[in-house]
Amino acid sequence: MSVVGGDAESITALGPIRRTTLVRRIGALLRSNEEHVWRYSARSAAIIPLAGLAFVLSVLVLKAWPAVKVNGFSFLTSSAWQPGSTYGAVVHTNGVAHPPGSSYGAWPLIAGTLQTSIIAVLIALPISIGTAFALTERLPGWISKPLGFFVEILAGIPSVVVGLWGVLTLGPLLAQHVYPLIANHVPNVPVLNYFRGPTGYGEGLLTSGLVLGLMIVPIIASTTRDLFMQVPPLPKEGGEALGLTDAEVARWVTIPWVRSGIIGATVLGLGRALGETIAVAMVSGSVLGHVSPNIYGTMTTVAATIVSQLDSAATDGTGFAVATLAEAGLILAVISVAVNVAARIIVNRTSRLSAPVGRDS
Amino acid sequence: MSIISPSVQRTRARRIRETLFRAAAMASLVFVVGPALWLVIEVIVRAVPHWHWNVLTTVSQGTSGGLENAVLGTLVIMLGVLIIAGTIGILAGIHFAELARPRKNGKASGAVLRTATEVLSGFPSIVLGYVGYIALCVGLHWGFSLLPALLILSLMVVPYIAKATESAIRQVPTNYREGAEALGMAPGYMLRRIVLKSALPGIVTGVLIALSIAGGETAPLLYTAGITNNLPSASLIHQPIGYLTYYVWTDYNQPTNEAHYVSYDAALILLVMVLVLLVTSRIIVARTQRHAEGNR
Repeated sequence: MSVVGGDAESITALGPIRRTTLVRRIGALLRSNEEHVWRYSARSAAIIPLAGLAFVLSVLVLKAWPAVKVNGFSFLTSSAWQPGSTYGAVVHTNGVAHPPGSSYGAWPLIAGTLQTSIIAVLIALPISIGTAFALTERLPGWISKPLGFFVEILAGIPSVVVGLWGVLTLGPLLAQHVYPLIANHVPNVPVLNYFRGPTGYGEGLLTSGLVLGLMIVPIIASTTRDLFMQVPPLPKEGGEALGLTDAEVARWVTIPWVRSGIIGATVLGLGRALGETIAVAMVSGSVLGHVSPNIYGTMTTVAATIVSQLDSAATDGTGFAVATLAEAGLILAVISVAVNVAARIIVNRTSRLSAPVGRDS
Repeated sequence: MSIISPSVQRTRARRIRETLFRAAAMASLVFVVGPALWLVIEVIVRAVPHWHWNVLTTVSQGTSGGLENAVLGTLVIMLGVLIIAGTIGILAGIHFAELARPRKNGKASGAVLRTATEVLSGFPSIVLGYVGYIALCVGLHWGFSLLPALLILSLMVVPYIAKATESAIRQVPTNYREGAEALGMAPGYMLRRIVLKSALPGIVTGVLIALSIAGGETAPLLYTAGITNNLPSASLIHQPIGYLTYYVWTDYNQPTNEAHYVSYDAALILLVMVLVLLVTSRIIVARTQRHAEGNR
């Protein structure tokens, strides 16, 4: 650095000091108010999820309102999905413009969402409890630790990759070898005949439920494993001392001890299954307009419909198709939030009522 | 014989039930691990035979070509989510763990904010994506671009980071706080130097898991980020951005083999990225746990 004129020594001496004093002054200001800095920044950050949620819900409601006015209550029960003619003159119903002949009903989507999610939970819950039991009680640590880690990692596999495997490998294989076997051997009685009939090509209700089940097992299983490990050994040993078998200890001691936690994890999984989009869009067949007549048939869900129809809905000049999708999204949001709230109530109630004796907190 | 026979029968029934239960537990483990391994192997088997390293150095032609734009795009998206959701999520977690404790009058502060965060964590991602498309891309005329994608993905993963931060902070031993207080530390200074420092591994783990979720998402991105075969640009709005999950989702059912290879390659790269993130987070957990036990 070349200094032209002046006192070189004083400049080099002053420069750094001036800079540090400025930095230090800001630093000192922050530090003397550090608690307030943390408090206010943390509080404003914690408000963002609430603000985001309010924003999302209000956009949904505003956008869906015209569709609610036209589609009416029958949106929940009708099965039609007719975008209408894009060439005819625009029709007005209740003051809302929409293409002539358009008629929408979300019943198949709602039914499909509930069916696939229920299948997923029915499959995932027992398998998760079994897995957690095997990992915590039956296997030695050197093998249960890596396996437990593997199960945890499974939760992170992108849903599009699971869907890819489901549609290319699992679905065709099941449709070729497994579904016909079930369909041909199940007796033709009222409930079980749902398992009879044409088995399709592997894209449909049961495949979607299985894929969703595989996706939510890691969530439920790893939580249940952690919960099982938190159960203190004394009550279990007490059960064994009374002559209970391992199965009976699990049934009467371990599972009741952590019941509310298992319910919470299950509902978390159910929530994920209800909202899962891409994997279902890939393996469900994405067929609009009908509820699957048997457990193998093609179908679609609310989430899958939004992702597969938004493109073509945007071509509706009146914007009515996009508004209808907002209404469908609103229904899905209401279902997910309701499930969440119900779970919270159940967890609170069971943890109050059925806390086993001696359980702390 | 006639006296003890019922109990013998019951014992036998219990023994059979016990065996069945153990077998069912093992079988369910197989039903979880088996399909998962199958899935991973399937992706590898489909992608590796046609793998060329130049997919990482050439841009996509849609249904053929490389994936450089998508890999970089996914990394840019993850970086953006790290900055936005990381900051908000960690601060929100601090709020829930430290500042929103139940007050002395028994009123739990922050219950509304906490409930909102939990509801958001169970919110369907496609609905968030739809709102991003309607409100940000169309409503604010941002077009398909990076910023709406980042905002929507961040909104999606903030609850995870907040939750991880909260539980990491709650696990900081009370001794540490008491020691810090005994030394006369100011609360803010203690939070930064003692509490956050001890909770850092847990926070980093939560952030890594959130990043793996963000990188593996498809639905919220399709209608916010759009798609382009160009490399990511510096503009936050008006420029669409490519990402890996798009190519898995669109190319697997295209008619050409090249398209299938693009799809499988993208799936493989995604798997590797997610596994690296998750294994890293796991190693952090394992190391700090060993550390904690040594300290005890």
